[in-house]
Amino acid sequence: MYTLPNKLKLFAIIFMVVGAVGIVSGFLMAPKTTSEVKEMMADGHGDGHEGDHAVADESHSVAQAEEAHDDEAHYEHVLHQMQNRPWSALYIASFFFFMIALGTLAFYAIQYAAQAGWSPVLFRVMEGITAYLPVASVIIIVLLLLSAFHMNHIFHWMDPELVNPESEHYDKLIAGKSGFLNVPFFLIRALIFLGGWNLYRYISRRNSLRDDNAEDNRWFKKNFKASAGFLVFFIVTESMMSWDWIMSFDPHWFSTLFGWYVFAGMMVSAITVIAMVTIVLKSQGYLEHVNDSHIHDLAKYMFGFSIFWTYLWFSQFMLIWYSNIPEEVTYFVTRIEDYNLLFFGMVVMNFVFPVLMLMNSDYKRVNWFVILTGIVILVGHYIDVFNMVMPATVGASWFVGLPEIGAVMFFFGLFVLVVFSALTKAPLLVKHNPFIKESKHFHY
Amino acid sequence: MASKVIHAIYNDDDILLNAVKQVRSEHYHIEEIYTPFPVHGLEKAMGLADTRIAITSFLYGLLGLAVAIIMMNYIMIQDWPQDIGGKPSFSYIENMPAFVPIMFEMTVFFAAHLMVITFYMRSKLWPFKKAENPDVRTTDDHFLMAVDTGNHDVEKMTKFLYNTGALEISLIENDEDDH
Repeated sequence: MYTLPNKLKLFAIIFMVVGAVGIVSGFLMAPKTTSEVKEMMADGHGDGHEGDHAVADESHSVAQAEEAHDDEAHYEHVLHQMQNRPWSALYIASFFFFMIALGTLAFYAIQYAAQAGWSPVLFRVMEGITAYLPVASVIIIVLLLLSAFHMNHIFHWMDPELVNPESEHYDKLIAGKSGFLNVPFFLIRALIFLGGWNLYRYISRRNSLRDDNAEDNRWFKKNFKASAGFLVFFIVTESMMSWDWIMSFDPHWFSTLFGWYVFAGMMVSAITVIAMVTIVLKSQGYLEHVNDSHIHDLAKYMFGFSIFWTYLWFSQFMLIWYSNIPEEVTYFVTRIEDYNLLFFGMVVMNFVFPVLMLMNSDYKRVNWFVILTGIVILVGHYIDVFNMVMPATVGASWFVGLPEIGAVMFFFGLFVLVVFSALTKAPLLVKHNPFIKESKHFHY
Repeated sequence: MASKVIHAIYNDDDILLNAVKQVRSEHYHIEEIYTPFPVHGLEKAMGLADTRIAITSFLYGLLGLAVAIIMMNYIMIQDWPQDIGGKPSFSYIENMPAFVPIMFEMTVFFAAHLMVITFYMRSKLWPFKKAENPDVRTTDDHFLMAVDTGNHDVEKMTKFLYNTGALEISLIENDEDDH
């Protein structure tokens, strides 16, 4: 049995407290009126805008010059962006850790459905990570409800003015999508998605624990069926979830492979976290049956899914870049103009780095290599989510400052606390799984 | 140096693998093993050095990438400048998304084909090459281990090899033009 080290608990709580301070100060620092915005912009874009993104600043001042005649409207616009920033930061970080838990759940289901022989020694690690899913689901649903009740405006399309034909803000495109993209249906969908995923997580965990004391393979068979069913449900709902919770930030824009793209990022982050938690537990002397062939396999998945993610990223980018249709290409124009470093830096971190680091077969078994590459991959995929959300909600008024770092620290602390507490709840080795012997002797 | 070689024939890959381990622990020198199919773990048991073909593959990939870049730059930018996707920038880097598929394919093409050719050359395989196989049955269902006799006692070795599970053993005089 694993016991939660007090140091780790303290470490997680410190992260949560410091993160919470960052989140709260982010909300307090957000301007309330346009005059505050003017003040902040006069001070060289406030405290949050020191030189780090000269490109964005430059284009910003160009935009400012052009819109000089429309000053008040511009400041109003910037005010909304700055007010959106702490909310977006909170949303991105909560979604990022949610996606790790969900991706792990999908990976776990794949292991069961495929009757994989190599992975049963890692099942309890995966179950520990998915223990964060219920917590993350509550946070996500609270954030979506806050948006639905207009506590914030990160989901632009939720504004009822946009679908009101009488209004001067009437938006024909959004009105045309309102049969699907309306607040009640949006919330119902969210409940169905989260309900389904959490139900599978509950059933599979329960069956897995029962299987430990079973005489026959009854619970394993039940989990096999549940996993196959879940995967069908998951691939449909995951795709719709990505339209709802991310793509709808840009309600005019759409991409038909967006669901896959989010899925690829989700899987690579999840497998990276599985590998990292496994290595951490192994280094503390637990998981005696995990050998370097298991780490090798996880690293192969990290390598493969990094390439898969890049393939989808590029497929989406190239088709839109090539066809150059204004309503589509605006998505990438915003990102390349205002988020240049992050947008291309992310491709380096998520593709070039893991490909070069993990290409050699021997390096995939070196623990610190996997951890190092894993950290870069996770940061890269956080930036990926950042790039999917921020340009739509805060536009050029972005910065990685207190609210962003605070939110990541808070959710990281929460994630570590929940995951490692869940690992203490059951033995770290599944006892009765029919493939456990194969998994213990797994050798590449 | 005309040395003698013992050819020991086995008919099972597991027995062969065990025999290899025993022969090596007795410090006899295995010259070559002929098998009808790749035996998993055999190269490790024989103590062969790791293959370096992956390194050549990586280098060939880089070569393919370079060829693709130079080729596309010459064809589409320099020799006959093309307006790609309505963006007449006439710069390689700005039109790069259009070239990425070619860069990728050429990398894979070079890496794969040159690696295969390297493998053939390294294995001394080329068209009209006469087979070096000492016994045709190794192309069907038998395994042959060629062990160098060196200064060892042939009698003793033969007995030892029979004990490792060999079915047939024959002593071969190594001619000087054999290799």
